[in-house]
Amino acid sequence: MRILPVLLFLMLGGSAFAVQPDEILKDPALEARARALSGGLRCLVCQNQSIDDSDAPLARDLRILIRERLTAGESDAQVMGYVVDRYGDFVLLKPRLTARTALLWAMPFAVLLLAALFLFRRRKATAANEAPLSAEERAALDRALE
Amino acid sequence: MIAETGHFALILALAVALFQFAVPLYGAYRGDAAVMRMAAPAALAQLSLIVIAFAALTHAYVTSDFSVQNVFENSHSAKPLLYKISGVWGNHEGSMVLWVLILSLFGAAVALFGDNLPLELKSRVLAVQGSIGAAFLLFIVTTSNPFTRLDPAPIEGNGLNPILQDPALAFHPPFLYAGYVGLSIAFSFAVAALIEGRVDAAWARWVRPWTLVAWMFLTIGIAMGSWWAYYELGWGGWWFWDPVENASFMPWIVATALLHSAIVVERRNALKIWTILLSILAFSLSLVGTFLVRSGVLTSVHAFAVDPARGIFILGILCLFIGGALTLFAWRAPLLKAGGLFAPVSREGGLVVNNLLLCVACISVFIGTLYPLALETLTGEKISVGPPYFNLTFGPIILPLLLLVPLGPFLTWKRADLWGAVQRLWVAALVAIGAALLILVVTQRGPWLAPFGIALGVWLVMGSLSELATRIGLFRAPWPTSLSRLLGLPGAAIGMSLAHAGVGIMIAGIIAISLWKVEVIVAMKPGDTAQVGDYAVTFQGETPLTGPNYTGETGRFRVTLGGSEITVLASEKRIFQPSRMPTTEVGLHQTLAGDLYVVMGDRTNDGGRAVRLYFNPLVNLIWLGAAVMFMGGIFSLTDRRYRVGAPKRVAMAETVAAE
Repeated sequence: MRILPVLLFLMLGGSAFAVQPDEILKDPALEARARALSGGLRCLVCQNQSIDDSDAPLARDLRILIRERLTAGESDAQVMGYVVDRYGDFVLLKPRLTARTALLWAMPFAVLLLAALFLFRRRKATAANEAPLSAEERAALDRALE
Repeated sequence: MIAETGHFALILALAVALFQFAVPLYGAYRGDAAVMRMAAPAALAQLSLIVIAFAALTHAYVTSDFSVQNVFENSHSAKPLLYKISGVWGNHEGSMVLWVLILSLFGAAVALFGDNLPLELKSRVLAVQGSIGAAFLLFIVTTSNPFTRLDPAPIEGNGLNPILQDPALAFHPPFLYAGYVGLSIAFSFAVAALIEGRVDAAWARWVRPWTLVAWMFLTIGIAMGSWWAYYELGWGGWWFWDPVENASFMPWIVATALLHSAIVVERRNALKIWTILLSILAFSLSLVGTFLVRSGVLTSVHAFAVDPARGIFILGILCLFIGGALTLFAWRAPLLKAGGLFAPVSREGGLVVNNLLLCVACISVFIGTLYPLALETLTGEKISVGPPYFNLTFGPIILPLLLLVPLGPFLTWKRADLWGAVQRLWVAALVAIGAALLILVVTQRGPWLAPFGIALGVWLVMGSLSELATRIGLFRAPWPTSLSRLLGLPGAAIGMSLAHAGVGIMIAGIIAISLWKVEVIVAMKPGDTAQVGDYAVTFQGETPLTGPNYTGETGRFRVTLGGSEITVLASEKRIFQPSRMPTTEVGLHQTLAGDLYVVMGDRTNDGGRAVRLYFNPLVNLIWLGAAVMFMGGIFSLTDRRYRVGAPKRVAMAETVAAE
């Protein structure tokens, strides 16, 4: 099912896997931040694959760039801001909440809310139908039972 | 000549499918039994013809007949036999033939085993089934003919993509398609019921086993794909929220919801309209999946078909069937009489919550998959929707459902005692909390989500066992009594417990690998040792490697645990002929506690190898969980109520009334 990354990886001529030993930073805390950041960035020449998983040369360049910026002392937000400025929102695997993605983020929860509301109202409607018998109905029932 | 026979058989199958669509429908409309009875032989004839076509294509692959263009493009004479056969469906045209083959197989199964169905319903179901077959056969014959000849015939073929040359992937498509296409039966039953204007408990009892079979195939198909990704891709990932994965996951979610809502129809004659809608939606999502994968709309390599003509054709089929069924639904559904009433806290109420959350979860996957496509089409703006989105939407929606699962089976029909149900689960709750505390004490540090995740898995497993224990009176009745009660339990009861426990087992595996994975990336020269978790792994060096259609190197890694040797793992780098494509084979040491996963990468400048080592704790629980869910399906299928098949409709109605 997950043919995609491999195919791309093959097409791009890579034969290794994502993060290479020579990329890893000496400082484990900094490296952990770099890994976390690259896990959220899309490899631009791949399909739905983060640069952390990708073998494409471009992904490697980005990983190295992130590590350079982190080593230079930038914050996570600064590094992300820099990458997004350069490559656009497409690079983010977690889309930012904007006017155009509001629907994307809101829809699942809105549907849940609406469906719950619908069920609740229907419940009340059925409950109303089950209203206690009127005096006439009760009389009719008593007659029938006699 | 054999290829031409196959092509001719496909065209004949199209004609038969059209007959199977039109004639029984007319017969049912006129109430003419003789005409209606033509449906079953037509379904069998359609199957036979497609079998002939499929056999012809397989023959061309096995004998490496490169005068057939499809074989030339996707096969190679040096390939092992298994991959010559799996090559049949490893391409667009062949996979569509497999699609209609499975479709006609299900149709023929209804024709053969549907003796207990009323003739009208049976002929309408087969007619709808025939219409789907006709649409896809027309698609194959006009846009995707697998039997096109090449003249002159080339000497050698282009070969199958090396990464498809894998046992798990060879059988992944047939299982997945059996799931996708199996849902067509529920769809056909729903459409037939809408035409009849009648849905009752007997209807649900007929639909349920078919849906269950499709669901089981989907479960196994998805699990196989995930298992393949895990060991073939070389970084231990097992699920990526890729659109193609989502395409198979969405029908699975809705099929799961359908399995649950059909129970309510069967037992309480309620939720009928909703169940019909779910039956339509489940197969519609299969069609959407087929469209996503086959049309090239994802512009992924997965979409083997780049030709937009095909995409538009499938889109047409999609609109015709989904639109047609929903229109019929809007027109006829109000005719269906509402069934039994129930209080909010009841088994029915629990199953409504199950359906609500499953469907909303499916919507989140649907939106996440299609939103980028829609946004790009409408505004030209490109965004990515990756795993973080699904973790933040699908996650919180499915979590409450998972927490509630053990409660459901303890609720009684119509009106339930919530507190009583909770009380029966105290052992399960205690064990789950105990597990969380134990993990906190042992690990003493984060990730803090881990104890809760594992506890959720334990809660699900223990909850399912509690239900079984209550049913058989474990510890309350004498042992022999409990045992005989266990053996006497209906298959569906054991099936449900197994399926729910399977979910719990899977959750535990998912949490463990997501939060406790150990990863080591190092450059190693022969003789170097790296520590991964408790294992010490020594690189012993590499040797040249020659396979049937590839060459490469094998790296050997000696694995020791506490000073004693456990095993020697081999990780291979293969270069396939004739494409020169490289692939990597993972060295895998599997235990229930976790997998040691070794991948040899590229040569480093100083003559060593880049090596990636993982310890993936409890990861096999993911697939064990899927297997347990599958087993649950098997138990459910053996249930006498479904096997002997539903008794006559009248008898059923009386049972329901009596309940």
